[in-house]
Amino acid sequence: MTPSALLSLPMILCLGAAATGLLTPSRAWPRRWLALMTMVSLSVVGAMLLVTVRREGIQSMQVGGWAAPFGITLVADLLSALLVLVTGVMGLTVVSYSAATLPSSKEAGAYYPLVLVLVGGVCGAFLTGDLFNLFVWIEVMLGASFVLLALEARQEQLEASIKYMSLSLMGSVVLLCAVGLLYGAAGTLNLADLAVTVPGLGTPNLMTAVSMFFLVAFALKAGAFPLFFWLPASYHTPPAAVTTLFSALLTKVGVYALARVFTLVFTQDAQLTSTLLLVMGGLTMVTGVLGAVAQYDMRRLLSFHIISQIGYLIAALGLLTRSALTALIAFLIHYIFAKSALFLVSGATARVTRTYDLHQMGNLYRTQPLLAALFFIPALSLAGVPPFSGFFAKLAVIQAALRAENWIIAGTAVVVGLLTLFSMMKIWREAFWKAPPEDQPQEPTRPLSLGDGVLGPCMAMTLFMVVLGLGAEPLLELADAAAGQLLNPEEYVRAVLGGRP
Amino acid sequence: MNPVVMHTVARLMAPVLLLVSLVLAVRGHDIPGGGFVGGLMAATAFALLMVAFGRPAARKQLRVHPTRLAAAGLLVALFSGVPPMMQGRPFLSGIWARLPVPGTDGLKVGTPQLFDLGIYLVVLGTAMSFILGMARGEDTTAPEMGG
Repeated sequence: MTPSALLSLPMILCLGAAATGLLTPSRAWPRRWLALMTMVSLSVVGAMLLVTVRREGIQSMQVGGWAAPFGITLVADLLSALLVLVTGVMGLTVVSYSAATLPSSKEAGAYYPLVLVLVGGVCGAFLTGDLFNLFVWIEVMLGASFVLLALEARQEQLEASIKYMSLSLMGSVVLLCAVGLLYGAAGTLNLADLAVTVPGLGTPNLMTAVSMFFLVAFALKAGAFPLFFWLPASYHTPPAAVTTLFSALLTKVGVYALARVFTLVFTQDAQLTSTLLLVMGGLTMVTGVLGAVAQYDMRRLLSFHIISQIGYLIAALGLLTRSALTALIAFLIHYIFAKSALFLVSGATARVTRTYDLHQMGNLYRTQPLLAALFFIPALSLAGVPPFSGFFAKLAVIQAALRAENWIIAGTAVVVGLLTLFSMMKIWREAFWKAPPEDQPQEPTRPLSLGDGVLGPCMAMTLFMVVLGLGAEPLLELADAAAGQLLNPEEYVRAVLGGRP
Repeated sequence: MNPVVMHTVARLMAPVLLLVSLVLAVRGHDIPGGGFVGGLMAATAFALLMVAFGRPAARKQLRVHPTRLAAAGLLVALFSGVPPMMQGRPFLSGIWARLPVPGTDGLKVGTPQLFDLGIYLVVLGTAMSFILGMARGEDTTAPEMGG
């Protein structure tokens, strides 16, 4: 398959399958299988794209054959290709978990088409080569996520989606302003073209101001301090499968966009942006984990951990060295899997105990030993205990901070790691270890079964943790190559603009 | 009460609006117009019917569920980009041909027109699902799609 077809296929597959799904009769099985098949093909396309980029360098295509910087450009460097592959794998995991956990009346509705639109939007955001299309794909993704969040229309979900929607839309307005300002100043929105023109514009202060708009908009999407309120206000209300999908993909697009914009376009005032990102990252880590320590609702607790882990990513971006970007990419991959594993397990425990409240759980270690193991491994991995993937990812971030002689970030990362371990152990103690509470209701609601469909995706995620931990070397190598591409924009520019000077 | 004027105007104007919407959509590739405005214009025709004859009548005139209409349009638009990929060219590249029409130098047809048709359906379907959805009243709150 030609590289240009590979670049456009992720979006064609997802949107085409979403449309086909809506045209099929409103039953569970055709929509479910269509979604499963699409996610399998998306993963295959992602893998092929990654192999192509690894072998032949950065790939680009011009939609409709209109040359950059005038047309719509799709670009895949190693980071984009890797993230598309991970998106496909996560989509497959979430769809198979949904098939096992959701009532078939819901599966028959708009659920799978919406998941497909969301995944298509995420792939588009990872692959697009210009800022306006980045904005559009982020909106596609957000639009689908609004509906997914409110799909069951229970009261707390509607409340959550109002908060989530209003804050996200505010972020979108800031992003649109930023895009408009940049277009007014530079006359182009193509990322590669911007990388060439922005340094020579002669209005460095204006560019710094515009870059701050982008920083605020993407930091809000990423859930960074102090713009993360929407995340813990909404992530605990939808079904576990939806929370997993959100936690795996939505905030990562924000981080990806920050990494792309601040390595490719706004590089001239690196001192300021790097300081801001470091402060933001450090505070995000700390506030996230402190929020988590205070929670007793399993999913709220895990939602706060999303924020804390985003802090590591943003801090790593702030360091802006090759080893820090390597750490960022390895950490990003590890953490998508670790966090998803935990959310999937939280959904499984809720099927057994019929609650997310840690006070009311207990004794799961004895009644559900397999589930306990499936929680224990990603929890340790998230906290950064060897030999799981989190250890190497966290170690890489701390080493990068030490190498940059940024003792504060290194120290914060260590302390936040310990607090993460502490709050993971809290879940362990409350849900799995302690005796169940005495004042159980007389006739407890019957627990739902845990079939292979529920435990299978959890096992797959846990297996990734172990594999990425024991075989961290190839991942770090790939991440290092991707970081190299981020730090040397020439190859990116050449891939998009061709021989144009 | 039977609002004669409203009914008569709607019955006269709805076909005109639909015709204009098609004209806009067809001429749109080279001169101002296109699938997007065309679709919006078509939606106004159905909105007018809804104001004059009520929501059920407008829904009946549309015949297809608006969400399905939008989905079909999306498929058509995506499909219009696939033939150039078979030739090894980028997605959505235009392929043009001239149909011989007696008396002229031929009728220009191509995949971008198919794309415009898809967009027309997407916009019509989406706008109608908004308009019909908002007119539905408060008896149903849960979104129902694909029904």
